[in-house]
Amino acid sequence: MIITMAHGSGGAATSELIDEIFVKAFDNKVLTEMEDSAVVEGSGRIAMTTDSFVVTPIEFPGGDIGRLCVCGTVNDLLMRGATPKYLTCGFIIQEGADTQVLQKIVKSMADTAKEAGVNIVAGDTKVVEGNGQIVINTAGVGFVPEGINISAKNITAGDVIIVSGNLGDHHAAILGSRLAIDNKIESDNAPLGEMVKGLLEADIPVHTLRDVTRGGLATVLKELSESSRVRIELEEDALPVSNQVRDFCGLLGLDPLYMGNEGKMIAAVPAEYADKAVEIIRSSRYGEKATVIGQVLETENTKGELYLKTAIGGLRALDVLQGEGLPRIC
Amino acid sequence: MINKYLEYLKNYDGADVTIMEVCGSHTAAIAKSGIKSVISPKIHLVSGPGCPVCVSPSGYVDKLIDLALNQGITIVTFGDLLRIPGSKYTLNEIKGQGGSVEMVYSPMDMIELAEKNPDRQYVFGAVGFETTIPVYTLLLDLIIDKKLENVKILTALKCMPPVIDWLCTNGAHIDGFIAPGHVSVITGKNAYIPLSDKYQIPFGITGFEPKELVAGIYGIVKLLENKDKYTGQSGALVRNFYTSVVTDEGNAMALEKIDHYFEHGTAVWRGMGSIADSGLYLRKEYEKYDAGSRNLDDDKKINNACRCDQVLMGKISSKECPLFGKVCTPLNPQGACMVSSEGSCYQNYLNK
Repeated sequence: MIITMAHGSGGAATSELIDEIFVKAFDNKVLTEMEDSAVVEGSGRIAMTTDSFVVTPIEFPGGDIGRLCVCGTVNDLLMRGATPKYLTCGFIIQEGADTQVLQKIVKSMADTAKEAGVNIVAGDTKVVEGNGQIVINTAGVGFVPEGINISAKNITAGDVIIVSGNLGDHHAAILGSRLAIDNKIESDNAPLGEMVKGLLEADIPVHTLRDVTRGGLATVLKELSESSRVRIELEEDALPVSNQVRDFCGLLGLDPLYMGNEGKMIAAVPAEYADKAVEIIRSSRYGEKATVIGQVLETENTKGELYLKTAIGGLRALDVLQGEGLPRIC
Repeated sequence: MINKYLEYLKNYDGADVTIMEVCGSHTAAIAKSGIKSVISPKIHLVSGPGCPVCVSPSGYVDKLIDLALNQGITIVTFGDLLRIPGSKYTLNEIKGQGGSVEMVYSPMDMIELAEKNPDRQYVFGAVGFETTIPVYTLLLDLIIDKKLENVKILTALKCMPPVIDWLCTNGAHIDGFIAPGHVSVITGKNAYIPLSDKYQIPFGITGFEPKELVAGIYGIVKLLENKDKYTGQSGALVRNFYTSVVTDEGNAMALEKIDHYFEHGTAVWRGMGSIADSGLYLRKEYEKYDAGSRNLDDDKKINNACRCDQVLMGKISSKECPLFGKVCTPLNPQGACMVSSEGSCYQNYLNK
């Protein structure tokens, strides 16, 4: 079936779309009540976040916009130490979209939500003119356990920076599929609940967590260095990048330090907990390649500082991504 | 071995030497390697006009914009070209005004677009040095083979030896050149001999890995130290440190192809002016594929205080330009060197 403006009318076609596709897939008690708003259980400190997903193509190697939107929202909650519980989703569908594709995406959302342990409890659908694109907005709610204080401001001199795995996979997968470049690179989109839970349950005093999404590792760490007012020094040799992504970057003049990921995080923990934290992340799903990539020092610079120690012993200052990160030409 | 070279470069205490690289990939590789922070302050590494996007004048960008906005033509080109300023706008900015601009990674991608949409006209924004030009000859082969009527190219093609010659005669005070790695694959080592002989300047053809850069710079500094020994011997100051891919003669087939489609002519380099014989233009027999590339000589500065010209000539470092890092940033480039990821100011901004 092809989506038409009638599916956004609020009438029978809208109900059919909601019942047949969304409610069936997201099946849970709160959603099936079909009330104007979801009423859910919970108390204490609430973490909330929202995100919009406009990726093209909507299906890509290793994932799709459905998995991506759940992972993105769940991971944002996790990065404050929250336990993600509820999601909402708003679909903005351009007319011409195929319900088969929509169904696949919705199933992928449902599967990923299940994996991440969250329920999708409220939703909305709008149909607009266009050529079949699908855009999804999500909001997420989670609860922060007592005593947890994980924040961008908490990185401290003496911490180490751990990254949970290889850099650049998502960015390379999307770019590769947009440009029809044949390779086997797959997006890393994944919910990071298991590794975060592992760290917290082992009482690792985690200072900061951050998912390494748009802008890549350098952008994320530069921003954190400013928020926490520290100097971060990364070891070039320690940065985990797969050979495939490294070659892909070499070909297109991209830098893995500035490439987006959707299933990677950095953790700042005191140096004495580094080995234990790496071990926990490595033994969790999606964390096999976790490794220490740098250390945290003091600085007087209010803008924070991020440096990369290069393979020949040079020191390269890194800044946030500038512009769109376009490839070079020769 | 590399450690020995590094040690030598670190402890170098001879005369001050200025070494220029004239290849955007070198500019980026040097910045990324952090090599400047580990060698003696007496060895000055400066960046020349090595980025083909950066040196394309505003008149060229304006022509692409005119084709897109006023003639309904789809412009197809590389990413960096979208950001370079014309006299008023960039290609990126006119996308929002209804201009059709497609970014591709290979000129060949345009063929597929053109075949799919035979009613639409396409122009490829073809910038580049010797490295990229052979790819355009393959594109032309395809256009002709497939008898495509809806495809043309707008060229801003430039050659390296004439601009190096120009730098040497225009007071750029350069002691040695890191010769471009990729360009040399096409031109061959011998292309630098006449220049080296004429100005008694060393050329070291160098790769892009940090270790290769160290070896190349070491080689050039050593040639400079022992320069007297080589005086008068033709070609003695030209060294190939990138023998895995660069030969003496270069790529004969590519050179032949270039010569088949293109002829030399005067070209305007952004901020530097007009340089004789430094440009390549489609020959008369192929001019039906040209979207009007000749005489696009306007070279308008966005900001009169911009000193890109002196940066490109190695006369000042980026930091000596009053706009650098203040008014002129990668998000708001005032001059060409800040536009491309291969531009020297862009790299200096990122790798302060």
